[in-house]
Amino acid sequence: MSTLDLFSVTPSETADLLPRRFRDWFASRGWSPREHQLALLAKAREERSALLIAPTGAGKTLAGFLPTLVELSGEGFTRDDSSHLPLKGGGRHARGRASATERDGWGSAAGTEQAAAPHPNPPPFRGREPDQFASGEASGLEKARPTLISTGRGVRRSSGLHTLYISPLKALAVDIARNLETPVAEIGLPIKIETRTGDTPVSRRQRQRRYPPDILLTTPEQLALLLASDDAPFLFSSLKRIVLDELHALVTSKRGDLLSLGLARLWTIAPQARAIGLSATVAEPEQLARFLVPQPGGESVSADVVIAGGAAPPVVEMLDTRERLPWSGHSARHALPEVYELIKRNKTTLVFVNTRSQAEMLFQDLWRMNDDGLAIALHHGSLDVAQRRKVEDAMAAGRLRGVVCTSSLDLGVDWGDVDLVINIGAPKGSSRLMQRIGRANHRFDEASRAVLVPANRFEVLECRVAIDAIAENAQDTPPLRSGALDVLAQHVLGCACGKPFLSDELYGEVRTAAPYASLARTDFDDVVDFVATGGYALKTYERFARIKQDKQGRWRVTNPKVRQSYRLNVGTIVEETMLKVRLVRSRAGGSGSTGAIARGGRMLGEIEEVFIEGLVPADTFVFGGEVVRYEALVEDQVYVSRANDKDAKVPSYMGGKFPLSTYLAERVRKLLDNSRAWNGLPDQVHDWLSLQRKFSRVPAVRELLVETFPRGGSHYLVCYPFEGRLAHQTLGMLLTRRLERARARPLGFVANEYALAVWGVGDLSFMIRHGKLDLNALFDPDMLGDDLEAWLAESALMKRTFRNCAIISGLIARRFTDEEKSRRQVLFSTDLIYDVLRKHQADHVLLRAARGDAATGLLDLRRLSDMLSRIHGRITHKDLDHVSPLAVPALLEIGRESVYGEASDELLAEAAEELVREATT
Amino acid sequence: MADVGFVADFSGALFWEEQSLLVVSDLHLEKGSSFAAHGVLLPPYDTVATLSRLAAVIARHDPRQVIALGDSFHDRDAHARLSEPDREALAALQVRRNWIWISGNHDPALPTNLGGVVATEVAIGPIVFRHEPTGAAGEIAGHLHPKARVPTRGRSIERRCFASDGERAVMPAFGAYTGGLSIRDAAFARIFGSPGFMAHVLGDNRVHAFVASRCY
Repeated sequence: MSTLDLFSVTPSETADLLPRRFRDWFASRGWSPREHQLALLAKAREERSALLIAPTGAGKTLAGFLPTLVELSGEGFTRDDSSHLPLKGGGRHARGRASATERDGWGSAAGTEQAAAPHPNPPPFRGREPDQFASGEASGLEKARPTLISTGRGVRRSSGLHTLYISPLKALAVDIARNLETPVAEIGLPIKIETRTGDTPVSRRQRQRRYPPDILLTTPEQLALLLASDDAPFLFSSLKRIVLDELHALVTSKRGDLLSLGLARLWTIAPQARAIGLSATVAEPEQLARFLVPQPGGESVSADVVIAGGAAPPVVEMLDTRERLPWSGHSARHALPEVYELIKRNKTTLVFVNTRSQAEMLFQDLWRMNDDGLAIALHHGSLDVAQRRKVEDAMAAGRLRGVVCTSSLDLGVDWGDVDLVINIGAPKGSSRLMQRIGRANHRFDEASRAVLVPANRFEVLECRVAIDAIAENAQDTPPLRSGALDVLAQHVLGCACGKPFLSDELYGEVRTAAPYASLARTDFDDVVDFVATGGYALKTYERFARIKQDKQGRWRVTNPKVRQSYRLNVGTIVEETMLKVRLVRSRAGGSGSTGAIARGGRMLGEIEEVFIEGLVPADTFVFGGEVVRYEALVEDQVYVSRANDKDAKVPSYMGGKFPLSTYLAERVRKLLDNSRAWNGLPDQVHDWLSLQRKFSRVPAVRELLVETFPRGGSHYLVCYPFEGRLAHQTLGMLLTRRLERARARPLGFVANEYALAVWGVGDLSFMIRHGKLDLNALFDPDMLGDDLEAWLAESALMKRTFRNCAIISGLIARRFTDEEKSRRQVLFSTDLIYDVLRKHQADHVLLRAARGDAATGLLDLRRLSDMLSRIHGRITHKDLDHVSPLAVPALLEIGRESVYGEASDELLAEAAEELVREATT
Repeated sequence: MADVGFVADFSGALFWEEQSLLVVSDLHLEKGSSFAAHGVLLPPYDTVATLSRLAAVIARHDPRQVIALGDSFHDRDAHARLSEPDREALAALQVRRNWIWISGNHDPALPTNLGGVVATEVAIGPIVFRHEPTGAAGEIAGHLHPKARVPTRGRSIERRCFASDGERAVMPAFGAYTGGLSIRDAAFARIFGSPGFMAHVLGDNRVHAFVASRCY
């Protein structure tokens, strides 16, 4: 039992844990230390690594840093009394003593022996002038954020870096540094705190290497860069504590893999270092806690888990709309007047949506009805950073009544004054929703308030079960990843950029990282081979090797360019290819369609290439708050004209990055199966389900309902797996292949989070009735064999997956040195590499990495595979005369969703014929 | 074109039946190893992939003459890096065939030991074959790597293509690692004038014709 029983800490013990000065500080603020904060101190004293699970507002950050602050205060539990610092005077008095001479002295003394020597008795309080500090305080957050000036700036210590803090967001690292200043200054601690991000000037980076601060706050990418240098051992050997913030968010991606490998390095360099993970509530804390300690190989070891209790359960309701509930769509436009009312009635409201384009549309709509002139702002990931910062600052200053935002605000600093969270559309997962709701009211012991606004009838079901899940505190975070090979390749190159390594040693070290604990030696060796010469069966690149072994067998980089390229390309976040959007005059008008597009035009912003690829000219969509008409794509420029339509034809709902969680899907199926529970649903939804029961059938928990019916000259097959859009999309691809073989002549399919609809020329009902089509065979899990392989050969999604692996692994560079830029004219198509590699070395390590990603990423193969086994032999077929109530939402999406067909001759031939028809009629 | 009938093969090759002549452009052999020399370790299989596609189209048409329309090798030294098996495969294709290497900007100085003859351009009847297009009537060229994006039901498809207005043509690149330039680029406007020319887009098993103005 490693979960700490909080009540086992007796009062006298806690008194020992927290030095007097700290207790006084808490008291001066009218606070007392929370139990989990003390629990982490106890863990630190026992030299244990720990994972703190706590909701937002529980003082998590302070809990994570308290052990550090106590240790660095000089009177902590690990230092002896002789190092106690003088305690005279209050913080403000003492700070006032910082003289100009001292500060100047520090500046000029940098680099001298004296400065580097241990300070015999460092003056405890240095730093800013009191009035400077005060003005910073008084103006609060109204003003631009003050530059960080650490209170302990003048402190010189020989002990080196003490604590490393890693955050998933650069901005968060900067905010935390600023927030730490308050206790440090008020308690009067001689601690130097610095951040290191992509924005940190080179001069400060160099200084940080030579004279590390006590606490360094940074990101996983910056840690990788620091580790990939010769002086990493010097910099990190003194490390005592590692604080990992928002760990639940970090570990779900390749950034988590990269971080885990960095931790493995740190455990080698600084075996004495202990980690503290800070996380929102997750499904399996013990699993997450493995991340924080070196895995010994074979068995699994977890850090201790501390769970903060006492948070008030949130108050969550579903908007009971007065309007008619739409059958499909994701905009929730019907409810906007009600959403507006909610914003008006509350002090500050966060309105979460699932995609950037939804945010754009919603913001635009709210603005139109904003007769009261409420201060409402927009925040999403593709807005300019300065713009986002401005919104965050206005928010923190309490100047905003509402912010329409995406997951860009799922994480980040706490703003105390949010009193309502509105979630528009599908909640997707219960943990995700709980984290969002936690953004409201960051006072720990007060209940957060949230309103869910379903955008269609299926989403009502999802919202209902999400509310139930929250009431039970049921979590559905994904299990810990297994480490990706492309990330390992990047790490291996990084290691070679630092001190040369031996394969055996590095393999051992890598396996201490939880995601790589079961990494096979052959995979590791293949990765090293890949980094060296590309890992090809055809050994022709020996002379071009990027890393080589010396006589002792140590791998080192062969030339400085390799090192330079590594530094430029570190990281695992692969941005979508973005295209520039320019506003031109429409060519649909006067000049006729054969005229060349007017070039130039005002730049509106940037948009994802994949989105544009789904459009055909004359489609309209919302961009930058207005409806535009797609004209043409030339090179990396998208030409659009102003459209007069009020509504965009393409709703640009990109499917959202997160599919409906398996857990919520299961609960939705259970809800459907239990008609007594329908009474808790809005009347419109209740009626809808009752109608479905009357005309067709409501799917039972374990079965797959398949409906077939004719409609408008086509024949439809609709099934309801509830496995999320990505898995359904893959299923759609594979089913259409099979239906083609069965001569059912499918024409297309459309997938949403709950259902998949396939249509075609062949009469599917007739075929099933007469035994010409066997549904059990159609849905047999063996479709994941040859059919899948054949499809993967040409799948655009698989090619995108491969591209990401090629970039992360370092095969293809994203950023170039100036010298390289000059010969960069040939930008490389990774699709071509994929085709060639797949044909000539199908087991290449990069293809293996891409297949690993396909299991959970864009193709969601694992989920599809689980579903196929679940429903095997449990298919119920309904042969209908017409579309069923449950099928309507899926069918309504036809034409609004892009069909991911195959790039086949049929599509091209059809397009050519279409043009001929147009020309001849 | 210019009263001569050509077959545009879906592989990206052009076949002139009366002359039993097959034309391929921009093979860019050894592009992979060329990048590798600069630290980008692309799979070293592009030459074998390109040559096997070339072998397939040669087997389909069994031409007496073959013209490689320039940029057959990705850089000046690329021919020297051909592996022995690739060299043999190439030699096998040349047996009993007139083989003409037209030099391009990537391979301006081809050696004579590659089999076949080296030329800067070739005229056969009304048709002139050269690497870089000048826009002259009766010209068949390469160099630009034309590609076209075609709107289809639900999404658009981007493929390599032949570009031609019946007077002149630009061939698609044949090499496994060769990217493309959109036919809506100004470079094509300089050759063809208005975008009223045709894009013959390479499908999986056939070629599809579109008016260039309808592509993007």
